[in-house]
Amino acid sequence: MNKLFSRRAWCALACLVVLAALLPACNLAFAPEHALHVPDYLVGLAGKFMCYAMAALALDLVWGYTGILSLGHGLFFALGGYAHGMYLMRAIGRDGVYQSALPDFMVFLDWKELPWYWAMTDSFWYCLALVVLVPGALAFVFGYFAFRSRIKGVYFSIITQALTYAFMLLFFRNDTGFGGNNGFTDFKRILGYSITAPATKAVLYLATLGGLVGALLLCRWIVASRLGRVLQAVRDSEARLMFIGYNPLWFKLFVWTLSAVLCAIAGALYVPQVGIINPSEMSPANSIEMVVWVAVGGRGTLLGAILGAFAVNGLKSWFTAAFPDLWLFALGLLFILVTLLMQKGLLGLRLPRRPRRAAAAPRQELEEVA
Amino acid sequence: MKVAQDNRLDTSHGAILYLEDVTVEFDGFRALNKLSLDISVGELRCIIGPNGAGKTTMMDVITGKTRPSSGSAWFGQRLDLSALTEYQIAQAGIGRKFQRPTVFESHTVFENLELAMKMDKRVRPTLFARLGGEQRDKIDAILRQVRLEGQAQRQAGLLSHGQKQWLEIGMLLIQDPQLILLDEPVAGMSDAETARTAELLDELRGKHSIVVVEHDMGFVAEIAQGGKVTVLHEGAVLAQGRMDEVQTDERVIEVYLGR
Repeated sequence: MNKLFSRRAWCALACLVVLAALLPACNLAFAPEHALHVPDYLVGLAGKFMCYAMAALALDLVWGYTGILSLGHGLFFALGGYAHGMYLMRAIGRDGVYQSALPDFMVFLDWKELPWYWAMTDSFWYCLALVVLVPGALAFVFGYFAFRSRIKGVYFSIITQALTYAFMLLFFRNDTGFGGNNGFTDFKRILGYSITAPATKAVLYLATLGGLVGALLLCRWIVASRLGRVLQAVRDSEARLMFIGYNPLWFKLFVWTLSAVLCAIAGALYVPQVGIINPSEMSPANSIEMVVWVAVGGRGTLLGAILGAFAVNGLKSWFTAAFPDLWLFALGLLFILVTLLMQKGLLGLRLPRRPRRAAAAPRQELEEVA
Repeated sequence: MKVAQDNRLDTSHGAILYLEDVTVEFDGFRALNKLSLDISVGELRCIIGPNGAGKTTMMDVITGKTRPSSGSAWFGQRLDLSALTEYQIAQAGIGRKFQRPTVFESHTVFENLELAMKMDKRVRPTLFARLGGEQRDKIDAILRQVRLEGQAQRQAGLLSHGQKQWLEIGMLLIQDPQLILLDEPVAGMSDAETARTAELLDELRGKHSIVVVEHDMGFVAEIAQGGKVTVLHEGAVLAQGRMDEVQTDERVIEVYLGR
């Protein structure tokens, strides 16, 4: 494990994790008027951002490392959210507006019983399995046909965009059975605990932190393995890779499916914290926004993806409060500026040391020989 | 994937590659016109011909990039190349160097060779792969062979044009192929680099079967050394024989050398 990061990076990572874990602790431990008290909204915001960061990591794995630009990762994020949301809806029980065992929107549609695909969704663990399996299976099947047909580049991006759009339309329909344009909301409890209780929120926050750190370590391990180098080879010259005996199909499919699953887990962690999931999460703009996070942070660097998710969303939080109508323009401008002026993103500003290190390496080798 | 395990290529008839009446048509244009050719085990064969003679298309057929419209291509006695994909053919033991050097530019020279090395190239073994001492030695040996010692940790994109060509040849050699296809290996090289490449090919002579497609007549004359040279013209074999024979062939002079 030590090889994944340098000793300094491990220390920095540990410090950041402790710091992040202190946020909900300070929220709970100190009274609101205390100087060290962290307000609720800040904890909620940080929890949300960590979910975004996880999605950004997932996207960076396929885009930054493998060169597959997905403009549909919002779909996997939303599907994970919906899968978890199904459990949260069932957990409301008879405490809904209509006091029915069915979710409110089904009562509203005058449905008498749960559709078959809602079977067993009262089980938390079953829904967790759905979080992984449904987006994973969708990504696998979609990826298999797309990659086997050697669909690449902008064509692939457009198809992913169309896919998420199609799903958005599907989920907007009331008859689809996922609450139509209102989606799922008004959650009451999770595993028996009140979902609005500060302690529950703290636990969800910590679970997200754990998820993010786990995702980072997993991605780092993959990227540092020989498979990681194969993925970058897919990005740089897929033809060459085939002519040295690799079948790119399975490598792309592996990373694509894994990325979808990571993104879905992020979505599943997101929904109980924000308390709502609806089809607008599948809108093309959301997926494009994810791409901007990665681009701003620095694609092809895992820390960049995380940094980008925090930076862009931090900016968004401030911007949408100050100039609510202008956010999309600002986002567009940001994307253009990053593409034109800082292609390696925020991390690129800090990393010009890298080529120098590469140039210095042969000398080091000579020393070893001597 | 079964093909990959069949390491013992059946070359009992002495030939490693047969092309029989291979025709490739693109929208009515015949890039290859009933081309028949065979390469013997251990042979170094030079293939020359004017632009558009079908040299690169022939390479594409052998490596699975292009499917023949008719005719067949055999590797050894049993492997029908027209039924295999690019990566299966590479695993079966045919290595190809492209006309333009293609290496993985963001990887180091060492990593380029590591990726190319002969091994199980499926997803799971790749994820858990660790480099053994023996494999490191092998990479070092190849680095020396292609004159890139001391460059191991250099990013491949920073190499000179000639060094990239050598790295690409190194990436072929480390796969331990039985047949090596080199598409214009000295294109764009300086005279010194060309001379070193000729030396390198000389070292490989006899250890691998090699097919060199080349424009540079001086280079062909130097490496053919009394071996067979094939002249392609309009997708078919125009003449075949020793370099001096080919050079004096009337038809060859007419279509190619005389110009």
